[in-house]
Amino acid sequence: MNDSHPAVAASPEAPATTENIMGTIRCENVLTGTSHLAFLQSRDRWKPAEMIFWASLVSVFFVFPTNLVFASQILITGLFALSLDLILGYAGIVTLGHAAFFGLGAYTAGLLAKYGWHEPLTGLIAAGLVAGIVGYLTSFFLLRGSDLTRLMITLGICLLLYEVANSATAFTGGVDGLGVEMDKLFNLFTFDLYGKTSYLYVLGVTFLLFAVTRSMMHSPYGLALRSFRDNPTRALAIGIPVNAALTNIYTYAAVIAGIAGALLTQSTQFVSLDVLSFQRSADLLIMLIIGGTATMYGGFVGAAVFLLAQDRLANINPQYWHFWLGVLLIVMTLYLRGGILGGLGRLTDLIARWRNKERT
Amino acid sequence: MAHKAAESVVRMRIMCRNTVGFLLVLCGVFAMAAGQASAAGNTIKVGIIAEMTGTFADHGKEMMNGIKTYMMQHGDSVAGKKIELIVKDTGGPNPDVAKRLAQELIVKDKVDILAGFGLTPNALAVAPIATEAKKPVIILNAATSIITTKSPYIARVSFTLAQVTAPMAEWAYKHGIRKVYTVVGDYGPGHDSEAAFKKAFTKLGGQVVGDLRVPMKNVEFGPYMQRVKDAKPEAVFVFVTSGELGIGIMKAYNERGMKQAGIKLITTGDVFDDAVMDALGDTPLGVISTHHYSADHKSPENAKFVADYKKVDSKLRPNFKAVHAYDGMAAIYAVAKQLKGDVSNGDKVMQALKGLKLNSPRGPIQIDPETRDIVQNVYVREAKKVGGKVYNVEFDTFNAVKDPGK
Repeated sequence: MNDSHPAVAASPEAPATTENIMGTIRCENVLTGTSHLAFLQSRDRWKPAEMIFWASLVSVFFVFPTNLVFASQILITGLFALSLDLILGYAGIVTLGHAAFFGLGAYTAGLLAKYGWHEPLTGLIAAGLVAGIVGYLTSFFLLRGSDLTRLMITLGICLLLYEVANSATAFTGGVDGLGVEMDKLFNLFTFDLYGKTSYLYVLGVTFLLFAVTRSMMHSPYGLALRSFRDNPTRALAIGIPVNAALTNIYTYAAVIAGIAGALLTQSTQFVSLDVLSFQRSADLLIMLIIGGTATMYGGFVGAAVFLLAQDRLANINPQYWHFWLGVLLIVMTLYLRGGILGGLGRLTDLIARWRNKERT
Repeated sequence: MAHKAAESVVRMRIMCRNTVGFLLVLCGVFAMAAGQASAAGNTIKVGIIAEMTGTFADHGKEMMNGIKTYMMQHGDSVAGKKIELIVKDTGGPNPDVAKRLAQELIVKDKVDILAGFGLTPNALAVAPIATEAKKPVIILNAATSIITTKSPYIARVSFTLAQVTAPMAEWAYKHGIRKVYTVVGDYGPGHDSEAAFKKAFTKLGGQVVGDLRVPMKNVEFGPYMQRVKDAKPEAVFVFVTSGELGIGIMKAYNERGMKQAGIKLITTGDVFDDAVMDALGDTPLGVISTHHYSADHKSPENAKFVADYKKVDSKLRPNFKAVHAYDGMAAIYAVAKQLKGDVSNGDKVMQALKGLKLNSPRGPIQIDPETRDIVQNVYVREAKKVGGKVYNVEFDTFNAVKDPGK
């Protein structure tokens, strides 16, 4: 799924000023300008497959009325994976501590509810803000050093927050966790046993954030991020404000992760230390890699496959399912380069080539 | 123009790729999600939510052993109904997973009773579901006081931390100890245990001369123990997780010559749990602890339990978690008998559970009709050699202790 664009990948005529990259591309500066604009526009158009994807998520509500709690957890994890995709897949920042922002959001929503603010939507926004602020502040650490340093820094921040939440027992409930109560959504819908309200709530928020993110990644800004991931030296040379772009995207990803965390708190009405655990960051990375990075949908697909496989295998054997999950992961990483979406892409390519051959 | 044409071909291909790819993935996801079926019949369905994998896999294993032992002794049917167990794994402290599993067990598998829960967050997350679905939840291990207050449909057959900690303070005071230093693990249960001990001990007139909270990983206890020794207390009260930390504490205690300095080591039974005693060798010898169960408990019920447990798992010594699960099953069987096999009404089950008395391998136990929490004997034990192996040998009893945390 590598559809990176010539304008940033290899064009010496690319615009040299920041406004050009960050704003609209000036067509006259670029060779075959109209075609590029058309390309960007067509990328931003919703494709049938995408519409089917979202429509089917709506249909889950009617087809699997007893699985909605699980479905919302998959969606939340998918949203969380999308946020990781932004910084890992698009911007190329390796992180092992993305759960820090998820946890921050989860605890913000939880603590707000604990201290008397039970309205879900404002809680969500507050969670996004808190995660975003911390994301912005910590993003400056990431500008220094390379992959290994970043891995350590992100991991360290996450561990730090975990210990803070662990020791502040009176405040966070520590390892025992924190049960919270939520108001009705829009003062109308209670969060019910079957998870109907929470599923639609999660789906709505997820779609909204996805749509915003999608248009962002399909804009020149998204292309600029990729260019930096693929060739930092060149990106700098053509005048992409690399540091600013990285700070932006890291903050934005933190906001999304925070909102995902808050969604989990609000739909489970419980928050505990595991939202900040290393396991959560690591699992997320695995899911994203299974699904395919820099594809927008890879996170959702990966989360669905990983969590469903986990659930099915654990149902078959609650004690030794980790073994089969491990086998699955090894096979997938060995034989499915680019994740499931990447693999499927190659498969359809093969079929297309085979058809072409038959035609000629 | 050629450039453009080529580009559009590429674009077409990408789009085609997307479409086919997504459809395939969607089919797969739906197929996986659909593969769930449930059967109804003349059965009593019990959903077990436990920690079967990960760091806390011991909890799940010991619980399942206890359940198996009970079912081996009493058969798999009661009051004309077959007991069907549906076991689910939370993989550790994952309240969101626990809550989802509970919801699915109730909504899809239509279980009559939920049981299990080794860890507090998992139990707490399920409380609102129990209340909303009116389904009984039997706690088989989680030990934080507040759990049973979170839903009228929760009953506990295990213990609470305060329940076994307060008697330690009482025993220490009764035996002339006035100055105690506390050392606890720096996590929720550690803080609770510290608070429970302080409360009980100072109420009696004792003095806690210092308190330390130690990290839960990679600890060198030497300096901590030196600090305790320098404060010259008459005893040091310890609460950490069993296993590695317990061993570390014991080692530092012996190395720093604290016993010779006249400082007693007192603790709750969690630290020197039966399941780890074999691995600890002679290290715990002489430790005084309070707990509600020891594999060495002298009673015909326990002798039978220990013997049958060996048939289920020949390697593990039965511990308190196994006994909880065993008693949990006993409670379910007793309730089913009382209700003539119809346990579908959660309110009736709870009514039957309240005040229920059982003759457990740990001694007589009762579910408090007021709090739905357990009332049981707490024993004072000393680690001694019995037949070549170290056991916690009971020598004093506090009868029918209620949870002082409420």
